[in-house]
Amino acid sequence: MRPQVTNVVVAGIGGQGVLKATDVLAAVALRVGYDVKKSEIKGMSQRGGSVTGDVRFGDEVLSPMVPVGEADYLVVLDPTQVEPHRHILRPGGVLLTPDAIDQDKLTNRKSLNVAMLGALSAHLPLPESDWLGVLKEQFPVGFFEANRQALSVGRQSQPPV
Amino acid sequence: MNVDDWRLSLRFAGACPKLREPFKGETTGQRNLRLALGAWIWWSQKALSLAPSMSGGEQQLLSGNEAIALAALHSGVVLGAGYPGTPSTEILEAFAELGGRGQWSPNEKVALEVVLGVAFGGGRGMATMKHVGLNVAADPLFTAAYTGVSGGLVVVSADDPGMASSQNEQDNRHYAVAAGVPMLEPASSQEAYDLTTAAFEISERWRLPVLLRLTTRVSHSKTVVTPRGSIRPPRAPTFERDIRGRVMIPAYARPAHRRLRKKLEEIQEWNETCQLNHIVRGNGALGIITSGISFMHAREAAPEASILKLGLTYPLPVRRMSEFARGVSRLVVIEEGDPYLFEACRAAGLNVEGKPEMYRFGELSVPRVRRILNHDTSPEPTPPPGRPPQLCDGCQYRQVFEVLKKKDCVVAGDIGCYTLGVLPPFEAMDSCVCMGASVGVGLGLRHALPPDQARRVVSVIGDSTFVHSGITGLVEMVYNPPRQGHVLIILDNLTTAMTGHQEHPGTGRTLKHQPTGRVALEELARSLGVPRVHVVEPRAGSDEFELVLNQCLASEQLCVIIARRPCLMIVKRLKELERSECDKKENQPHAATSH
Repeated sequence: MRPQVTNVVVAGIGGQGVLKATDVLAAVALRVGYDVKKSEIKGMSQRGGSVTGDVRFGDEVLSPMVPVGEADYLVVLDPTQVEPHRHILRPGGVLLTPDAIDQDKLTNRKSLNVAMLGALSAHLPLPESDWLGVLKEQFPVGFFEANRQALSVGRQSQPPV
Repeated sequence: MNVDDWRLSLRFAGACPKLREPFKGETTGQRNLRLALGAWIWWSQKALSLAPSMSGGEQQLLSGNEAIALAALHSGVVLGAGYPGTPSTEILEAFAELGGRGQWSPNEKVALEVVLGVAFGGGRGMATMKHVGLNVAADPLFTAAYTGVSGGLVVVSADDPGMASSQNEQDNRHYAVAAGVPMLEPASSQEAYDLTTAAFEISERWRLPVLLRLTTRVSHSKTVVTPRGSIRPPRAPTFERDIRGRVMIPAYARPAHRRLRKKLEEIQEWNETCQLNHIVRGNGALGIITSGISFMHAREAAPEASILKLGLTYPLPVRRMSEFARGVSRLVVIEEGDPYLFEACRAAGLNVEGKPEMYRFGELSVPRVRRILNHDTSPEPTPPPGRPPQLCDGCQYRQVFEVLKKKDCVVAGDIGCYTLGVLPPFEAMDSCVCMGASVGVGLGLRHALPPDQARRVVSVIGDSTFVHSGITGLVEMVYNPPRQGHVLIILDNLTTAMTGHQEHPGTGRTLKHQPTGRVALEELARSLGVPRVHVVEPRAGSDEFELVLNQCLASEQLCVIIARRPCLMIVKRLKELERSECDKKENQPHAATSH
């Protein structure tokens, strides 16, 4: 049997929390019991350039990079980054953009990355309790409420699967 | 029950409602076993979430760099030293964070020499650097291969194929061959952990430095690691005198070279059967020889292939490779960068395919490996351009580059954030070669150009880069001054900004931001005899920098302008550090004076 792997690419620009979002997603997948690989390119991206992070999870993950044209989900945090990354998505793959989120509903606008994860989470077989557990672990205590709220806003932005 | 059952149930269940799950057409015994397994996994995940620190035993999601740091700690490394450089920087930071002794050196050469001293003293030492850093550290490396070591010495080189953040994509596997040091190449974080451990064992067994060669994807990808826990404690450092072995005058170096070659022969023989290489059995129609991250791409691109995955890639296990070749009908080498394994296979007489030249450039990926295996040399699709990086909005050096552009200066540049001064709207940089080159290149231009052009030449270098390898350039400036003088601009933002804000000797703080001795750049320049040394603060609304630059260019003397202002991104941290240092001083009124 060929291993089943879910491919997620998160894209945005430096400072938006793209890499934090991929850290959270990867930690949730590990917590649920999947093999996980997460890949990113750091460096010049720290200076406001495009940033992308790949997360792959499943029974066994080999290459850490999502092959171009094979992403099941493309999560974009900045509208300018949709076109540069659209080619990564497989035919029929799901594109999630910040348009999905009513940002006025967010307690803290900096939680857009978590809200986008919330939108993504509505499509993935990863229980909400594990998302919350990881959000608790990976951010300072003071951010938890805002992040929990952002995750919920994101989840509710998606039609029930 | 099969394994997929409990994994599936776990996927959708989440918390321990596992134990409330209904029967699924199974006997009571089968159900109990299924639920017990599910609950056990659930609890182990919970335990993991309670103790997410990188300790030992539990599964963790670590980058390759973090895995090396953890393995170094478990291997009893006495001292880790290096110079920050993407993609290697996080190794030492993580090592120090875990409680190891990690320190930034002024440059990679010094770092390697310091840990060589540790290993001469019988301890285990680790030097970390990016690929181009090994160029700087090559001098001690080559002769350390002759002297050997008493303790363990591992040199970590993180290569950057595709140049995510580098000035070239040199393939440092050639260094193992050129210097004659064993080389290990991990393909995942687990292997980064395991091969770091193995590297120290090889180093101590053959008393040789060992090269641990990473690439960006191994350094920065996070994958699951199960640490092996603490390994046997290494020997305590103690000095053992070995004058003939350590003092490389020609009479002692000649036998040392023979000893080195003898050791490499032994290691090659050991490599023929050691566990660091392994075979993934496939159907025999296609065989692949590979190493490092390429192994992962190859397995995914060709799941039916037989794969010889090499972990110890110098000296190569040639007999094992030949034997593997005999068992497959078609043999292909899959490797990033230069055709290192391919040429070694050909030299061993194997009938092997390499990759078309177009795949020498950049990283490999699953689609590129598929193309190589399909002999596809059609043009690759070019991805749409992303947003390029740029100098931060409020960066003080925007003003510097605006002035340099306005004055039409010829700018010999250097390596750091400020290299972005080359991009629009500034386009105020005319060369960038390697760390420190701005000084020498600027001087050469001044020597060679006609006077009207020479007068417009300036060298621009950052503070950390200046300490790394600009100081010797400044000595050159004093020793061989151009006729029209020269202007060296040091952009001192009090940090190593590009790589993520590391300390350096000019900041007076250690890797962990503790106060230590500080090298004052202006005092250094004055002590070397530079007649004009200015410290200015570039800020909005002030034309101080421009006025000083005008004076310096007109003076035709040797000038150093230090444009000093903390990087915006460290201002907050700097204030906190200064406040806590101040508090400490007040609490200790009789403490020794600071540097």
